[in-house]
This record gives sequence, structure tokens and C-alpha cells, in this order.
Amino acid sequence: MYNPLRLLSSLAFLVCLAGCGGSSGGNGSSGTTLRNVSYDPTRELYQEINQAFSRQWEASGTGILTIEQSHGGSGKQARAVIDGLEADVVTLALAYDVDAIAERSRLLPADWQERLPNNSCPYTSTIVFLVRKGNPKGIRDWEDLAKPGTAVITPHPKTSGGARWNYLAAWGYAIKKHGGDEAKAREFVAAVYRNVPVLDSGARGSTTTFAQRKLGDVLMGWENEAYLARKEFAADAFEIVVPSVSIKAEPPVALIDAVAERRGTRKAAQAYLQFLYSPEGQEIVARHYYRPYLLEAIERHRGNFQPLELFTVEEVCGGWKAAHDKHFRDGGLFDQIYQPGK
Amino acid sequence: MIVKRRRFIPGLGLTLGFTVFYLSVIVLVPLWFLVLRSSALPWPQLWEIVTDTRTVASLRLTLLASLGAAGFNAAMGFVVAWSLVRYQFPGKRVVDAIVDLPFALPTAVSGIALTAIYSSNGWLGGILERLGIRVAFTPLGITVALVFIGLPFVVRALEPALEDLDPAVEEAAAILGADRWQTFRRVILPAVAPAVISGFTMAFARAVGEYGSVVFISGNMPLKTEIASLLIIAKLEQFDYAGATALGTLMLAIAFVLLLAINLLQWWSARRYQRS
Repeated sequence: MYNPLRLLSSLAFLVCLAGCGGSSGGNGSSGTTLRNVSYDPTRELYQEINQAFSRQWEASGTGILTIEQSHGGSGKQARAVIDGLEADVVTLALAYDVDAIAERSRLLPADWQERLPNNSCPYTSTIVFLVRKGNPKGIRDWEDLAKPGTAVITPHPKTSGGARWNYLAAWGYAIKKHGGDEAKAREFVAAVYRNVPVLDSGARGSTTTFAQRKLGDVLMGWENEAYLARKEFAADAFEIVVPSVSIKAEPPVALIDAVAERRGTRKAAQAYLQFLYSPEGQEIVARHYYRPYLLEAIERHRGNFQPLELFTVEEVCGGWKAAHDKHFRDGGLFDQIYQPGK
Repeated sequence: MIVKRRRFIPGLGLTLGFTVFYLSVIVLVPLWFLVLRSSALPWPQLWEIVTDTRTVASLRLTLLASLGAAGFNAAMGFVVAWSLVRYQFPGKRVVDAIVDLPFALPTAVSGIALTAIYSSNGWLGGILERLGIRVAFTPLGITVALVFIGLPFVVRALEPALEDLDPAVEEAAAILGADRWQTFRRVILPAVAPAVISGFTMAFARAVGEYGSVVFISGNMPLKTEIASLLIIAKLEQFDYAGATALGTLMLAIAFVLLLAINLLQWWSARRYQRS
């Protein structure tokens, strides 16, 4: 038979080999590297922001700055940070995801959202409708989405952050219209989702379903995404319909204190976030169809941002945590729509 | 009493030690953490997740679609493997390479491609829709995606078994008066059954855990076309790590039991063949 001692010793050797391999590396280069962990549709926006900011940073004589970008679904990105992806700043789709980082990893304080102006949102957006050329179904406002025979395309609220904004926009509209009557709002939201033939797992998937598979009469989505879709696909194939009232989508940005501290990047990271609020940053933001925080930047791009009445998640749900508990939790209102007999 | 036998190939201790270590690091430790994390949940809550109507519906869908796809692949893969092994034809190399494509493609790419073809305005989906068959965004679509990713497993498992099969055996059967069907059923099938089962098993195991190629074609409608992996992702999106790992552990248990049963079946059929 085999020799157990030899087996053990070879095992021990291998374990040791694996154990001693780690804990090297570090920041060898002279310049600073910032890592911004963001969500999917901001890729083009931050490419431009990063170029402009590192130019400014290097011009001020503070050394070379490299900015790394990471993109993915907002929730997935938050999980990556919780699980140890070293992000100096995060720029995600909803405060709920940054809250999760603060709560689970304690890498930043719980009151992170009060540290920067406008709830830490240098730009906002809203939920609008994208319809086919000529608007054949005559979709003008929210009520049209609940009409039988209208096919609505929106992603799965359980897997997509953007989809949660869509859902809450519909909910908020109904709550406002019916003066806070939740039963009526439930009925409305259920009617809208009965018109949804496919729930893609992400916002980009829904855009593909609508634009390329030609499924559905109306696509719900972020205003900036609707413009992007028009740019990517044939511009005259779709029209953007802005409803009378919608939700103020607030994608927040935050410094991840513990990571920036450890990597010695706090100063650069803070300046980076401040840059988003600067006139130059705001101009870039507006060019990418996000609604800027500075009025001057909005004025310059007035044509892209139709005025409409906006409500916040805070107003219609009392914040993201409450919204999650009521709507998106297992067995919550969203699940109830699909329960048989409802 | 242990009799020390001389081995002609040295290094058993070292290689076995390495195997145990390697399997632990690559397979057992991550799975152990999965079980550990889900065991943080109290039993009533675990039971609630496991018996939730959506969980049950998605598990049933996942298992049925996977079984259907693996079964379909076992039959069709047999034909493909047979023609690749037995016949010489121009372009055989190309056909051989095509079989491996589902292995190599990123699953998301195959998912998007399949959806494009089978959705109601895709060229195949359009024809089928006129015949009253909807593929994309139905359980059938999920099965189609699983057939796609499972095919190479069956073909590659069957090829060596078919190569080992001496055509002379079939000739002997024919000389002894067996008709074609009898030859197939009594001679060929028992010989290749273990390989068919192992190909079936691999295709099935792959299908149960598949995510990327399915989410695009499935449509993800609650209770109708939500697969189990989607539910896990949904739970993770809400930072419900415990719930996600609980579902994962449940799938692990089901997969383990099924694989064990299939392995027993394989062992039994191999033994039966050897005896006969």
C-alpha cells in the first residue's frame, strides 16, 4: 500500500506552497491609480470624464493619474466591492446598492449620501418611453401602458436595477394620481406588468428585445438610455415619449473611504468626485444625456431635457429600503402580480 | 494482512496526495463554503425558500427542460457520432469541428444568437410561428438552448465507444439471422449504453446549471419561464446571500442524487453487458 507519511508530507508541502504565494504586490509605480466601479450604461460617459479629469489633474502638477473603469450590472458591481474588489469610488445606479456596501462591508460610513451635494448625485435621469416610429399605438402617458393590447418591454425588477426604477415610476404615478390609494396603485402596476411579454435580465437585454427583436410597442427606460438606443440603432426608427410625470432617477456616487485610505488615493478620489459637479464635468454629463445638477448646464442643453413633473423614491416609497421591503422582497408586491388567482 | 505488492508505475503516494489536495482546493472547499453559508439560515426560513411556489416552479422547469434536452441530445448525438465514426465523407473534419462549437462559444453569445433566430421575427421562429409553434420565451426555447450547449458532450462521449465496436460483430449478428432492428437493439445498443448514459449525464449536469445561454431565450416570466439559476441571481441582486446559497445547496443536492442514480444505472448496464 501507499505510505501515509509520504502522502501527508507531500500534502503539507503543497499547502505550504499555496499559502506562501500570496501577499505580495502593491503600488510600485510613481503615478496614482484610481478605480471607479460603475454600472453598465455609463461606459461612454466615464471614458470622457476620465480623460478630462486626468488632464486637469496632471496639469495641476500632482503627477500622473490613471483611472481604471469597471462596468457591470449595478447590483453585481456592489457585490464585487463587498467581496473585496478594490474601488476608490463607486458610481452606481441606485442608492440601495451603495447602502448595501456601507452596511455589509463598512468600507464607508452609513451617512455617505449626505457628503456630496444633491444626495450625492452629480446627475440624475428619469424614466421615459421609447416607441416605434410614428407612435402607432398613440402612447402619450402612463395610462396607455396599462391598456389591453399594448405590449410593454421592461427588464426583470429582481435582477436589474434599471427595472426597479421603471417599476417604481409606474407605482409612483399611480400613487400620485389616486391620492395615495395603494390598492388602486397595485391594480395599475399589475395591469402594466400583465402587458409585459418578456422580462429580460438586464436593461441592455430589454433594449435589444425592443430594438432588434422588434418585440413590444413601448420600451420603458432611462432617458439617457433612450437617447443612446436612438443613436445606436437607426435614429428615425424610434421616438422618445416623455410622460407627464415620472420618477427622478438618482444614480449616486460615493468615495469608498477605507479603500482610498489604504491605497493613499483619498485626495485624488475626492477631487474626481468633485470634478463631476464642476462646470466642465457637468457639460460632459449633459452631453451624455444625463440631467445635470447645475442649472447652466441644463439650460445649454434645454432641447434634450423636456420639463416634466418629477417625484423621488423618498416621496412615493419612503426610501429604497422601504421600497425593497414592500415591492421587491420575495413574496412582495411584484411577486404577487404573478401569483395565480390574482 | 496487507500484502505489499510491487507496483510497476511509481509515484502513487505523490499523485494520490496531489489528487486529494487538488480536488479539495478546486471542488470541495468552495462547495463546503456554500453549504456552510446556507446553514446560517434557520430551518423554517430555509424550508420557506425551498417550498416557495416560484422555487418549485423554476426547479421543475429546470430539471424537466434539462432532462428533455439531454434525452434529445442522447438520440441525435448518437446519429451524429455514428456518422462521424462509421463513414468517410468530404468535409468530415469540418463537421467534426462544428460539433465542438457549443463548447467554445461564450454562452451569452449563443443565447443571443438563438434568440435572434427563434424569436417571432427571426427567420426560423417566424416559420415555426406560422405553424403554431412558439419557441423563444417559452419552455421549448429553454430546451432548445440546452440542446445546443449539450450536444458535444454526447457526441464526444460516444465516439470512442463506437470506434471500439467492431463492425464484424454486426456482420456476425446478421449472419446469425438478426434483422437490422435486432442487431441495433441486441448488439449495438448494449455495447454503447454506458457511453450514451455518460454523455447524457454530462449534458444533463451542464444543462441544470446553465445561465448565460438560457436567460435571453427564456423571457424570465415568473412561474412560467424562470430557471433556477435566474432565481439565484435574483436573490444575489438583492444581497440575499443566504437565500441564494440555500437555493444553490438545494440544486447541489438534487444534482448529486441524480448523478449518483445515473452512475448506478451506468454501472448496472455495463455489468449486464459484460455478463451477457
